[in-house]
Amino acid sequence: MVYKSIKSLLVAVFSISLVFFYNASFAQHPPVEEPVKKEKIFDANEVIFGHIMDAHEFHFLSYKGADGHMHHATIPLPVILYSKQKGFSFFMSSAFHHGEHVVDGYALLTNERIDHEKLDRNKYAAGKIVAVDATGKIDETVSLFDISLTRNVVQMLLALALLVIILIRVAKKYGTGQGITTAPKGMQNTMETIVNFVNDEVAKPNLGAKSNKYLPYLLTVFLFILINNIVGLIPGTANVTGNIAFTFVLSIISFVVILFSSKSHYWMHIINPPGVPGWVKVILVPVEILGIFTKPFALMIRLFANMVAGHILIICLISLIFIMGSLNQYIGWGFSPFSIAFTIFIYFIEVLVAFLQAFIFTILTAVFIGQAFEGGHDDHAHETAVAH
Amino acid sequence: MNFFLLEALANAGGAIGAGLGAIGAGIGIGQIGKGALESIARQPEAINDIRSNMILTAALVEGAALFAIIIGFLAMVL
Repeated sequence: MVYKSIKSLLVAVFSISLVFFYNASFAQHPPVEEPVKKEKIFDANEVIFGHIMDAHEFHFLSYKGADGHMHHATIPLPVILYSKQKGFSFFMSSAFHHGEHVVDGYALLTNERIDHEKLDRNKYAAGKIVAVDATGKIDETVSLFDISLTRNVVQMLLALALLVIILIRVAKKYGTGQGITTAPKGMQNTMETIVNFVNDEVAKPNLGAKSNKYLPYLLTVFLFILINNIVGLIPGTANVTGNIAFTFVLSIISFVVILFSSKSHYWMHIINPPGVPGWVKVILVPVEILGIFTKPFALMIRLFANMVAGHILIICLISLIFIMGSLNQYIGWGFSPFSIAFTIFIYFIEVLVAFLQAFIFTILTAVFIGQAFEGGHDDHAHETAVAH
Repeated sequence: MNFFLLEALANAGGAIGAGLGAIGAGIGIGQIGKGALESIARQPEAINDIRSNMILTAALVEGAALFAIIIGFLAMVL
């Protein structure tokens, strides 16, 4: 029985590899007419990556106007560039006219241009700003620093402003006595639930007596990730928490907090694990040292991948309508109810994931901090004595 | 071996790797859910502790699966 299944597995593997060879001989004829044919067909890849990646504008929709030109409904954002040769340049991204115009010797790359000039896809991507010379050719000698307020930055700042306004209003209400002696009102209920949750479920079980010291940090991280997740779910907004730079900075901050709260006990466990035979230590110590770095790395990847996967899933389901529609218009119409129903279902799951990922990031940070400072009983008694 | 075949194999390798990672994580999260449900059935009063620990463990398992997916993705892109 086992042999039979292994045999059929081998047959399957070899037949798949034969398919590769078949395709390989086929692929030697380069498709010459492909760029011409591609123009009409819906490009799901471009739509998905256009949504996931950062951009210099908020893009809502594109449509073909009565004059036969494509129109884009966008909110332009400021572009700030610096290069040694040209100094600082400030202008709005609408000045590019979606890659058609050159501004101050800078141009916005588009997919059409990359295809047309056969640029290296690893080096140039659509939406990137490049320096060009007088003839409009890309000038590689100019090293360019793009410090624009892109849509991720703008949306993060807006979400942050929203969070600060909510929290200050709630804090002022407590200042007037509302919620201390009487029942909390309005937004106070929400914030009190969240603060209680983080305190009771995240901080207290993992950090014990020192939980009050870390509670401000944990609450900040929780609320910041939560508000960015939720705002990112509104259609048309950017995907801030699905940006690796954003999660990288959050995990670096967690890493620094973990390292600063570590005690000698934690380091002794890494360098010289107690109760382990000598030859195992040869393997264990490098793994433990690597573990210091994989913890924040996992935090970074987890938040990033979860948010990106959710956004890709939603946009894929929507794109499916148009992929079907490019086969036949009626198939597209017939498919759309299923696609939309499934999208709404995934959307509700994404709201759950928005809360869950904020919770997971916070609780894992708390667990790692707890691991870093907990140790022998002598140490602990000393800490609590200092804390009081 | 020509370039197209190499690229196809890299794509296949990345996709298969990510799929294997997903299988592992699926088994792991299934075990966690099974354990949590059984322990909730035994001790319904401990449901809050069990639930938060279940989510924590599932997140750790999921982290391993995401590593596999990221590495699979890198195999495709690089």
